[in-house]
Amino acid sequence: MSALLTATGAAGTTGRAVALAAQGVCARLGGTPVLHDITLALPGGCWTCVVGPNGAGKSTLLKVLAGLLPHDGRVALLGRPLAGWPSRQRARQLAWLGQNEASADDLTVWDVAMLGRLPHQAWLSAPSAADRAAVEHALRATHTWDWRTRSLGQLSGGERQRVLLARALAVQAQVLLMDEPLANLDPPHQADWLDLVQALVREGKTVVSVLHEIAMALHADELVVMAAGRVTHQGACADAATHRALEAVFDQRIAVHQLQGQWVVLPRPVTGP
Amino acid sequence: MNARRAGGLLVALLLAALGLGVLGISVGSAGFENLLGPLWQAGADPAATAMAQQIVWDIRLPRTLGAWTAGALLGLAGALAQGLFRNPLADPFLLGSASGASLGVALALAAMGGGVGWLGGGLASSLGWRLGLTGAAFVGAVLAVLLTLLLSRGVQHTLRLLLAGVVVGVVLGALTHLVLLFSPESLQVMQSFMLGSTSFVGWPAAGLMAAVWLLCALAAWLLARVLDGLSLGEATARSLGLPLGPMRAALVAVLALATGTAVAQTGLIAFVGLAAPHLVRSLVKTTSRHLMLLASAMGGALLMAADALARGLVAPQELPVGVLTAVLGGGYLLGLMQRSTRASSGGQR
Repeated sequence: MSALLTATGAAGTTGRAVALAAQGVCARLGGTPVLHDITLALPGGCWTCVVGPNGAGKSTLLKVLAGLLPHDGRVALLGRPLAGWPSRQRARQLAWLGQNEASADDLTVWDVAMLGRLPHQAWLSAPSAADRAAVEHALRATHTWDWRTRSLGQLSGGERQRVLLARALAVQAQVLLMDEPLANLDPPHQADWLDLVQALVREGKTVVSVLHEIAMALHADELVVMAAGRVTHQGACADAATHRALEAVFDQRIAVHQLQGQWVVLPRPVTGP
Repeated sequence: MNARRAGGLLVALLLAALGLGVLGISVGSAGFENLLGPLWQAGADPAATAMAQQIVWDIRLPRTLGAWTAGALLGLAGALAQGLFRNPLADPFLLGSASGASLGVALALAAMGGGVGWLGGGLASSLGWRLGLTGAAFVGAVLAVLLTLLLSRGVQHTLRLLLAGVVVGVVLGALTHLVLLFSPESLQVMQSFMLGSTSFVGWPAAGLMAAVWLLCALAAWLLARVLDGLSLGEATARSLGLPLGPMRAALVAVLALATGTAVAQTGLIAFVGLAAPHLVRSLVKTTSRHLMLLASAMGGALLMAADALARGLVAPQELPVGVLTAVLGGGYLLGLMQRSTRASSGGQR
């Protein structure tokens, strides 16, 4: 395990082992270059948030890190190049929660969460006790256990999002990548999600998320600030330099303040004429 | 709970098929006749018994079984298509595979000289003939699906996929007619074929369809997990480590084999492949693995019912069953579109 966790690329900014590393990554979407020469190292055992304006390439970067998009350059997961992982082994180490993906309206909540166990199951074997325990744990953690016999089509957008989160948790992967996980969630469930992520990090898991809610993103351990397909800054959330980078990337239209020990963002009124 | 409901539905569908089978054996050109009675009655007229036995054994039994297996193949193909293309309107016919299969059959008929062996000939030659037609239909179905996928540039775009399927269907249908124009001797066989009919299904055809159904159902059962994974979207499916490329190819092959085999024996029977998985899903929410079996059982029961109806409605004449399913299925599709339009406009509000 420790051998796997040793970084091959640049060391993490916090000095911890690197969970995901990208070197010279470029990617295109439909022929248009979206990511330009991105090099970064995401520390293991902490929560990193990718933020930036619309069209900065955040989701694309996350997809590249998950190995779901063809790209130039190198990406390494737990110190091993992505291409070097057998797909099932990789699927056990890295879980993915996408945004606006197709939804399995006909499957029950339980069946959907059980799909997260696919990388752990032999091709035709029935779910083992460990699989069932993992699914139950994930459903309870997202407060979706009570709906386990309902089909996904019967749930609202936010409820569905929590089930999909449970599906990703059920993988019990070391690294969890989430694209807009708070979409459709109401404030109490956003707070639940925060608790969940912090609990995962305490267990030593690595969480990487793309978030539009900057106030939520400021609860992360690390921020990766992106604009126009490049990483403009990477640093700890509490750093003043990170706050400056964040304000810069949003055209100085937001300001980071401290309020009761938490970082919050407030819109900055347009000054000048 | 859902597994129990699925099991209950399967049993109900199989019982329905059994009941329809008994009905199908009893309904003939003279309307409802009790042919089973003489078979078991002691002291019945031996000539009547022999005739009844012949009618039941040589004509009605294979035909009834053929209706079930053809329906099962189409239902399975529909469930596969809908899962594979993540599109509830996907159907073996909308994807062009059926028109590809019928073009394959037309070419085979033209090449083999007009289908003289279709009705006559011994059992062995008849089976060889069937296998040849099935092979041609399979190749045609595979090529047509690939052509549709090529034209629609993948499966992501629902509208493009359906349009491409329609284009491929129309063009291949026109080609089929062209082939028939140059090979008038196969016209008669081909006509009943295009209308869709179970009346030529004998033992070789029924046996072949049953064997292919077993094979396809087994393959679909093995591949069902991929469909479940795909229902969460392609990115998620790949993140779960599913080898999508080879699995998709295998699923398309199974889809084409099931469609091609059904089309080669019974011609173009529309909408069974669309309606069967739909009806199942409206009754029970279940995993793809169960859906495969349930859609098969539903398709079999549907086609048996349609077949019995086609024989009974205008007795002593008989409607081609494909005409009946096209009319009934068209209405079903319209209702479905109506409902989904209402649901989506309701969702926007």
